[in-house]
Amino acid sequence: MIEVRLQLNYSGFALDVDLKLPGRGVTALYGHSGSGKTTCLRCIAGLERAGDGFVQINDQVWQDSRNGVFVPPHKRALGYVFQEASLFPHLSVLANLEFGLKRIPKGQRRVDLAHATQLLGIGHLLDRHPQHLSGGERQRVGIARALLTSPQLLLMDEPLAALDSQRKGEILPYLERLHDQLEIPVLYVSHAQDEVARLADHIVLLSEGKALASGPIGETLARLDLPLARGDDAGVVINGTVSSHDAHYQLLTLQLPDSPLQMRVAHAPLDLGKHLRFKVQARDVSLSLQPGEHSSILNCLPVTVTQEIPADNSAHVLVRLDAAGTPLLARITRYSRDQLQVHPGQALWAQIKAVAVLA
Amino acid sequence: MPLSSADFSAIWLTLKLASLTTVILLIIGTPIALWLSHTRSWWRGPIGAVVALPLVLPPTVIGFYLLLTMGPHGYLGQFTQWLGLGTLTFSFAGLVIGSVIYSMPFVVQPLQNAFSAIGSRPLEVAATLRANPWDTFFSVILPLARPGFITASILGFAHTVGEFGVVLMIGGNIPDKTRVVSVQIYDHVEAMEYAQAHWLAGAMVVFSFLVLLALYSSRKTKAGWS
Repeated sequence: MIEVRLQLNYSGFALDVDLKLPGRGVTALYGHSGSGKTTCLRCIAGLERAGDGFVQINDQVWQDSRNGVFVPPHKRALGYVFQEASLFPHLSVLANLEFGLKRIPKGQRRVDLAHATQLLGIGHLLDRHPQHLSGGERQRVGIARALLTSPQLLLMDEPLAALDSQRKGEILPYLERLHDQLEIPVLYVSHAQDEVARLADHIVLLSEGKALASGPIGETLARLDLPLARGDDAGVVINGTVSSHDAHYQLLTLQLPDSPLQMRVAHAPLDLGKHLRFKVQARDVSLSLQPGEHSSILNCLPVTVTQEIPADNSAHVLVRLDAAGTPLLARITRYSRDQLQVHPGQALWAQIKAVAVLA
Repeated sequence: MPLSSADFSAIWLTLKLASLTTVILLIIGTPIALWLSHTRSWWRGPIGAVVALPLVLPPTVIGFYLLLTMGPHGYLGQFTQWLGLGTLTFSFAGLVIGSVIYSMPFVVQPLQNAFSAIGSRPLEVAATLRANPWDTFFSVILPLARPGFITASILGFAHTVGEFGVVLMIGGNIPDKTRVVSVQIYDHVEAMEYAQAHWLAGAMVVFSFLVLLALYSSRKTKAGWS
């Protein structure tokens, strides 16, 4: 359990959040630039000092300003990955990695050098100097360096923002491996929805220094009362379970969580029972009164309409659907809504044109 | 032999004074430069200006005030007398104090520039990697600011060697105690010993040129922070 309560006033900017976050998995702090995500992270690390603050990570209190407690950053068991890798230019990659490692008592080391270098794929870079690494390599070294302090909490401040999309694609799989293989809770600051959808289990939506929402990613992305849902790239993230694979057509069948419903997706074979995260964009969901039997669309689910709101333009509306417990969003035209006479409680068929497998 | 034993003792005294001054300035100049490069305090302007004053003031002005302060009626003079040390005027210790003040900007400013160029990010990174502030100073700031320390040492040393006015005001001209090379040259000229003056003055020119040559040749293009 992570508890964070921060109040801070700069001229022209105020941060005021009160968050209770899960003590495991990846929590995304998501919002536009200037929303206070990075300030929030820096306060948790103690790099910035909130006038009124309380920060507790599991059983360790890092700040409790009302009782005069402020643990300096170097005494907090945290790992911090900055937006630019910020490797020490006077040290080799190996010496950078060992910088934090050798300052941790032997008994408290839970991540060793071999494991971290293997996890981030940087074993071949150890003798090099930071100046001779690519941006993506630097960032991987930065992440490994933070991990080697065996942190209780890993703070990542837009670690991919300074990279081009190719380098991003190069690092994301490593971040997913961290997520799968290490038990360290991660706070991940980002303004990129695709990263958040791929990595986060929990999301905090920040705007102008305040938390608009905090909750599991599946539920929160599907909430129509948040600005997230109105945009063109709105959608839901679903954690499915692989239930079968059709070798002839190369299609995976995925079971939706706690539901008899299934979806099929083109994908290489995976072990049965494996979890697969995928995103269904609201604009890829169309609605019909009949099941689409004579269609090339693979996935057609029976759904119930739960809510409807205007989208970010007057031609479209957003409809929230319930597919046997799994929320879905559909972005349809206002014209179609009137044609189908969409209303809460109505039973419809959702035709899903595309499913993006995230991880 | 072109140089007399009095010349050699002046050279020796000058080197001793410059070395001691440089060491003291590195010790007290480093925290001042660190503070100036990172503080957001209101005092940053006034303190920075005071440190830079010797750059613009005539050495005689600094020497005059030091003479008053360290003399028998000055605050410092009364304090040292109370300690039973007598006064610092016309002593080697007095020269060291004067040189430290006079050469301060030549040490503090290169250090301050070096620390500002490093910025606060590496310090934050070190803190998140469990390095306490002292540890960070020795393992991050010192190695990254090394070119700044080299520049500061060379300039501090060379500028002290070239000092004349302050020495004359507070040190006078006492052989083996306060008679440094610049004063010795002055004496030679006063005594019409132009040949002697030539040797010493020429040696100063060569020395200063070599020091600056070393300084400017060692300056690499800006070291990158990745």
